[in-house]
Order: sequence, then structure tokens, then C-alpha cells
Amino acid sequence: MKSDRTKYLVLGNSTAAIGAVEAIRALDRATPIVLVSKEPRHVYSRPLISYLLAGEIDEERMYYRPRDFYERNRVEARLGVEAVGVDARARVVRTADGAELAFEKLLVATGGRPFVPKIEGLSYTSWDDARVVRTEGVFTFTSWDDAAAIAAHLEEHHPARAVVVGGGLIGIKAAEALCARGLRVTIVELAERLLPLALDRRASELAARACADAGVELVCGATVKALRSQGGRVSGAQLADGRVLPCEIVVLAVGVVPDLRLVEGSGIRTERGIVIDDRCRTSVEGVFAAGDVAQGRDSLSGESRPIPIFPHAYRQGAVAGTNMAGGEARLESAFAMNSVEVFGLPTVSLGLAAAEGDGYEVLVRLDEQARAYKRIVLRDGRIVGALFVGDIDRAGIFAGLMRHGVDVSAARELLLADQFGLLTLPAEYRKHVVEGEGVEV
Amino acid sequence: MKRIFAREEYCLGCRLCEINCLVKRSRSKRLIKALRRERHALVPGVRVEEAGRVSFALQCRHCDDAPCIEACIAGAMRRDPGTGAVLCDEARCVGCWSCIMVCPAGAVLRGKARKVASKCDLCAGEATPPCVEGCPNEALTYEER
Repeated sequence: MKSDRTKYLVLGNSTAAIGAVEAIRALDRATPIVLVSKEPRHVYSRPLISYLLAGEIDEERMYYRPRDFYERNRVEARLGVEAVGVDARARVVRTADGAELAFEKLLVATGGRPFVPKIEGLSYTSWDDARVVRTEGVFTFTSWDDAAAIAAHLEEHHPARAVVVGGGLIGIKAAEALCARGLRVTIVELAERLLPLALDRRASELAARACADAGVELVCGATVKALRSQGGRVSGAQLADGRVLPCEIVVLAVGVVPDLRLVEGSGIRTERGIVIDDRCRTSVEGVFAAGDVAQGRDSLSGESRPIPIFPHAYRQGAVAGTNMAGGEARLESAFAMNSVEVFGLPTVSLGLAAAEGDGYEVLVRLDEQARAYKRIVLRDGRIVGALFVGDIDRAGIFAGLMRHGVDVSAARELLLADQFGLLTLPAEYRKHVVEGEGVEV
Repeated sequence: MKRIFAREEYCLGCRLCEINCLVKRSRSKRLIKALRRERHALVPGVRVEEAGRVSFALQCRHCDDAPCIEACIAGAMRRDPGTGAVLCDEARCVGCWSCIMVCPAGAVLRGKARKVASKCDLCAGEATPPCVEGCPNEALTYEER
């Protein structure tokens, strides 16, 4: 058995896994990689499921990499195979079909799973496997299967009204897609406002207005307490205040949490996610983790926490892959960032975009008429948060400044000016960007 | 790989590079038609920044370690294996603007005619991109560094 240990074993088949494969192949063209994934699909992009459901893209465009990706990268892809346990001491991964895969280097990139709140009238196969929601007409929204199941439900039952539970990124994208399919949508959000993590109050208001213009109803500061059903199919969502929102479809979009079932009892250290260092190493030698299943250091707060966003997943996967293949790579900086269009209103949120109070200096520019809003948050002369609504052009310059911790005190007055650009910034930094030495995420 | 570099000390701020890029990207390829009839739908891949008396032209840096490629949710932003240029496959781009969110040069813009990312593609196939070719004071160079 020992002799056929896989040099590189990758669990997962999404952004982080692909980042790892590409990084391994940059250093090691030959040694086979074994990739194991529960979903029996060629690698696809999860954030695109809302575009697919909305009918904006076809199935071919869902694929994140070309159809010959595995072959060209000498990846033995075992799709439709679920890894169920890791034995860190024996260096073996067990799969649901009873097989054991011995590895030299392991990457756990199995992602997150939808968080499903406790709601009366909602039945699951088990609490552990909250993905499998059994009440007909009730769905989560994180995978292609979810999008396909919703599409099938729409085609079969022609629902007219939808309730989306959760007014974050997933909820808004789900609402958009359902709107595009002609449904009347109500979003129920626990917080007092939309996108409470990414936006500040004023930006939330602009986003709420965009929703209202699209005919979407927003119910904030509310929770769905119970689901009503008729003949096993959902017929309404009852709020904690007793109000009932009649609907024929419910999408649970409260958020995602790292899916830790695979590593439970393995000895690999976990908190909310699998704890990784700046080289994406876990507490067990030779075992790496990346993407939504992991948690690393947030460079703005200094805390270790999951930051389940796409660019991070890729970067973490790439850093893990490089280190697995004997190279040397570290995560340089990490903070939350999101680009999301809210019913046609573009928004970009970087880092501590909504921060206020002691220690923070906040610069704001609002053009009510143009629905354009910018907010820059400074701490000790450095940008730690930025928010753009309506006009997102050149938002990445701010991301770069945050990434590199550039002191912008001297350019402070110009950060929100029309003529803001690289020319406004310290000459050394400008040279760094322009000379194209490569800029680390 | 060859990249476009600006020399701030020579830049006159005339913006001819922007115009030449627009013409190159136009359907007609003719200056007057491009500016009068097509401009509303065109986004130049280069832009001139000005601050006081200093100006310089900036376009996609085609970074070796390009954050836009990593951030692209659609697999649309890719490196051309031949030239090394970072290119956006408009047939795959969904206009999520993740590339705009991460580009440290602010060199990706929203397209006007279609909802896709718009940026410098180094005019693949041209010996010298028209922005460089047409710069009256040789403030733009196209070279390997």
C-alpha cells in the first residue's frame, strides 16, 4: 500500500482546488495529482449559479476551466466520490465507497455548506446534512444542483411568489434570478438592513432602493419562524411577528459555513474552519487546507477567521499548491472583499467598509442624484476599508493600497476627488504598480 | 514579455493615445467616424492621468501575478500562453466586476456597448500598439524590461 501513495491528493473541485492544481503544475509538470469530489461535475464556478438560473448564461459557460483541464494537467479526477474521513496518522483518506487513498501531501478544499436556520415546518434528512431539505419548494442556493432543482421546480409548478431568507450576497443573487424568471420576490433579512456585513447604512439604503425599483419587497429586522405547507409543498413563510408571507417557493440564503464533517476526529485543528497558517498548512504535517473550509489570518483585524470569498479561495489554493510541490509561498494579506450588483446597482466593498468610531477616520462622498456613494475608512494613515456604490471605477486601486498597507496621509484630500488616480499616490508606489513587478493579493 | 511603459517626463497630456485606442477599437477604424458616431459605445484601454503639470498614460500592466485572473468568477480573464498578455474572453465574462475590484492600477473598466470588462489587450498581432505608435513625444514605449 505504501508504495502507491499519491503524492498530491486534492479533496474538492472548486476554486481553491483548481488554484492548487495550477500552482502544483507550475512547479511539477509530471507527478500525477488525484482529485476527489463529491459532485459528479466538471469544475464549474459556484457564483455563476444565479446567472444560470436567471437564464443569462447557458450551461457551457458554467465551466470554470476547459473540458480538457484534468487531462491537460495530468489530474486523475474521481468525480462523484465522497471523501468521508481523514486518518492523519496513517495518512489515508477514506471514501464513501469504502476505498482508502494513501497520500503524501493532502489538500482539503471541500468548501462550505449552506447554513440552514432552525425553522418550524422545515424537514431535513438530518441536521448534519442540512443540504438535503425535504419540504417541497424549499431550497438552498450554493450549488449547481440547487440551481437545477429550483429551475425544475419553476418549470413544473410555475410558482408566482418567492420568499428569500437572507439579505446578504447569496440572497440578493437568488432574488435577482427569481425576479428574472418572473416571480414576485420578498427578501427577509434578520438585520435592520440589506447586506449588513458588506455595506454601511447609507449604502444599504441605496441598495434597498434598487431592490424596490425592481419590484422586490424587503422585510428587514425579521426572521422566518415557521414554514407553512399544503400537501407537503410550501405555501407560506410565517414571520416571528406572526405575519404570513404567502409563497410557493422559499430559498434559504442565510450564509455558508465551513463544512468540517470530513475532518472531525482527524486531529486536524479546527475552530470555525480548518485553521491554517500563512502557508496554508494545517496543524498536521503534510496536510493543507484552502478556500471556504479554511480559516486564516485576517490582516485587518489580526484574527483568524473564515473569509469565504472567491479570490481568496483561489489564492489560498495556489499558495497551498506551491508549498505542496516544494515551493515557497505565503499569503501576503487577506481581507473580505465583494463586488456585487444589486439589481443593476454596482457595489464594491473592501475590508472594514462600514467601520466607524474610535481610531477610524471616515471620508465620504455622496451624489444622491447619481446614486453614487463612496466611503473610505482610514486607520493610522492607511486605508482599512472602502465602499463604492454606483460608481465602482478604479475601486481596485484602493484594494491595492490596502493590500500593501500604503500610507496615504499625504494624498488624503484627493482620495475621493475626481482626479484621483495613481498619479495622486506616492511615486514609489506608482512605480511599483506600473513597472509590473507583480502585485500580490 | 513586451509591455507598454509611460515616461511621465515626456507626456504632454494630449490624450492622443486614448483617441488612437478608440479608433483601433472602433468598427470603422476611421478617426472622424469613430469619434462622432461610435464613441458612445467605446471605452479606451488607456487613460491619461493628470495632476498639476504632471501627466502619464496608464493601461493594464499585464501583471506577472495578476489578481484579476484569480478573482474572475467566470474563468474569462486568462493569460495568453503565447504572448503572456492578460486577456478577457468577452464571450465568458458575466460583468461581475471582480476584476475591477482587485486591479491595483484601476485599469479595468466597465464596457459600454456590452456588459463585459474592458481593458488593454496589447493589440495582439500588432508590432506596435497604436497608442505607442501615435504618441507625438515618444512618451510611450513598447518594450521588454
